[in-house]
Amino acid sequence: MSTFDTPFVRSVASEKVGKAGLRLPLPGLDKLTPYLVPVAIVAFWQLASSAGWISSRIMPSPADVGLAFWSTTVSGQLPNDVLVSAGRAFAGLLVGGSIGFLLGIANGVSRISEQLTDTTLQMLRTIPHLAMIPLVILWFGIGEESKLFLTSLGVLFPVYLNTYHGVRNVDRDLIEMGKVYGMGNWTLFRKVIFPGALPSIFVGLRYALGIMWLTLIVSESIAASSGIGHMANNAREFMMTDVVVLALVIYAVLGKLADVIARVLERRLLAWNPVYQK
Amino acid sequence: MTSIAHERFHAVAEEPAYTPAAERNAPAGAAAISLTGLEKSFGANRVLRGINLHIPAGQFVAVIGKSGCGKSTLLRILMGLDAPSAGELHFEDADGAQASPNARIVFQEPRLLPWLSVADNVVVGLGDGIDRRAALKAADAVLAEVQLGEKAGEWPARLSGGQRQRVALARALVSRPGVLALDEPLGALDALTRISMQELINRVWRELGFTAVLVTHDVSEAVHLADRVIVLDEGRIALDLPIPYPHPRRHGHPGLAELEGRLLAAILGTDGGH
Repeated sequence: MSTFDTPFVRSVASEKVGKAGLRLPLPGLDKLTPYLVPVAIVAFWQLASSAGWISSRIMPSPADVGLAFWSTTVSGQLPNDVLVSAGRAFAGLLVGGSIGFLLGIANGVSRISEQLTDTTLQMLRTIPHLAMIPLVILWFGIGEESKLFLTSLGVLFPVYLNTYHGVRNVDRDLIEMGKVYGMGNWTLFRKVIFPGALPSIFVGLRYALGIMWLTLIVSESIAASSGIGHMANNAREFMMTDVVVLALVIYAVLGKLADVIARVLERRLLAWNPVYQK
Repeated sequence: MTSIAHERFHAVAEEPAYTPAAERNAPAGAAAISLTGLEKSFGANRVLRGINLHIPAGQFVAVIGKSGCGKSTLLRILMGLDAPSAGELHFEDADGAQASPNARIVFQEPRLLPWLSVADNVVVGLGDGIDRRAALKAADAVLAEVQLGEKAGEWPARLSGGQRQRVALARALVSRPGVLALDEPLGALDALTRISMQELINRVWRELGFTAVLVTHDVSEAVHLADRVIVLDEGRIALDLPIPYPHPRRHGHPGLAELEGRLLAAILGTDGGH
């Protein structure tokens, strides 16, 4: 049998080598492709500004945004505002995410807990949390509490829903196996239920990250005395479009950064999943 | 890395993977199983209708029958996954005293935890509260026994169906059970893999001497592996047939073929002439 197989296998192998050889002259092209469109847009934008097609009162040129970045960084305003905003975002994620996670686990595991709180949470979930801004300002003023409250509230529901869904959808056969093999409740949770729910929990986390930034931007623009949202809103009053656009760019970078961290974590913790294996 | 794995493999190989085979009639830790008047109903559906059965310690029993005859339910009751509606089930040790033996099960699907390595999946079979290093050593030994020693560090998703089922068997065997339940463990495998798995199951059973209960719908598999084949029909024992040939058995043995024919006739003959 093997004598017949050998020539065939060999021809496949040589074909593979040939393909790899063709690819060699352009290494990393795949990695550059996603950046082609953004770079082209920025280049066109700069061209349009320099040629005077776009008024700098409406839209600053990329170079102006770069200058604004430089001057605000040197003055220390930008690093300070970025730190304040990132701190708020993280605090909100930690508080709201923890509450959502714990409720999701509790309701996924315990029937009593689920009956007690799930309906209430599902009702609260349908209220757009940004609609609470007037009430939140009345309660907390424009201090840190109002931002923390709003971000936590926004983050809570996606984390709750996906954790709950993940726990409820852990393969029943695996749970039965765990019980037959003598796992206690804690071991069953640690070795079967939590890892089984983790892919879904990550979906919730990444969704929550988006909501986290959105909530922060809105609440900082309306009620804040520091942070990127405040910086942008302040710049608007003085017609400093370059700083306004800079704020948008910073939000985009921070949002992307948070997503990248979540993806790295996901890839590391879900390495067992064939989806994340090469 | 390979050299470390290699050393570890050798360190393990010096000690025997199992206690040497006990004599067939006095297996250590194996338990006898005794069922009296066992009944099980799901609502109005009477799945088991008075099963009386004694399985001596160390015997290999195969339970066969058509779908819905109650054979899987019987196994689930044996493993404590379901409670009987009536009747009694108990295990006895070598002195005839009541015992609660270490019982393990291999399911039709491997049911491995995809987020644990192959070795850690086998460690699950040892239960809680065991020193991790000792547990991994035991896992390596039993993985070598099922010829998967080199796959200890792999994710289950990387294994073939037959390899996964061998890991599931290793997980069941690592705690050296007194009773091993096999719930159609080879049903999802291709014919050649099934034959090599049958040989593996037969070999570990001869080495370890546990009491084995195999549920299957493959009559030739039952005849090949078991000391005794029980045909269930509509919740009752329709036939209890000893298979008086020494192990290991050759495929295509004429005596086995004759018994296989009788068992098939017993299963199909109760079909009401369809």
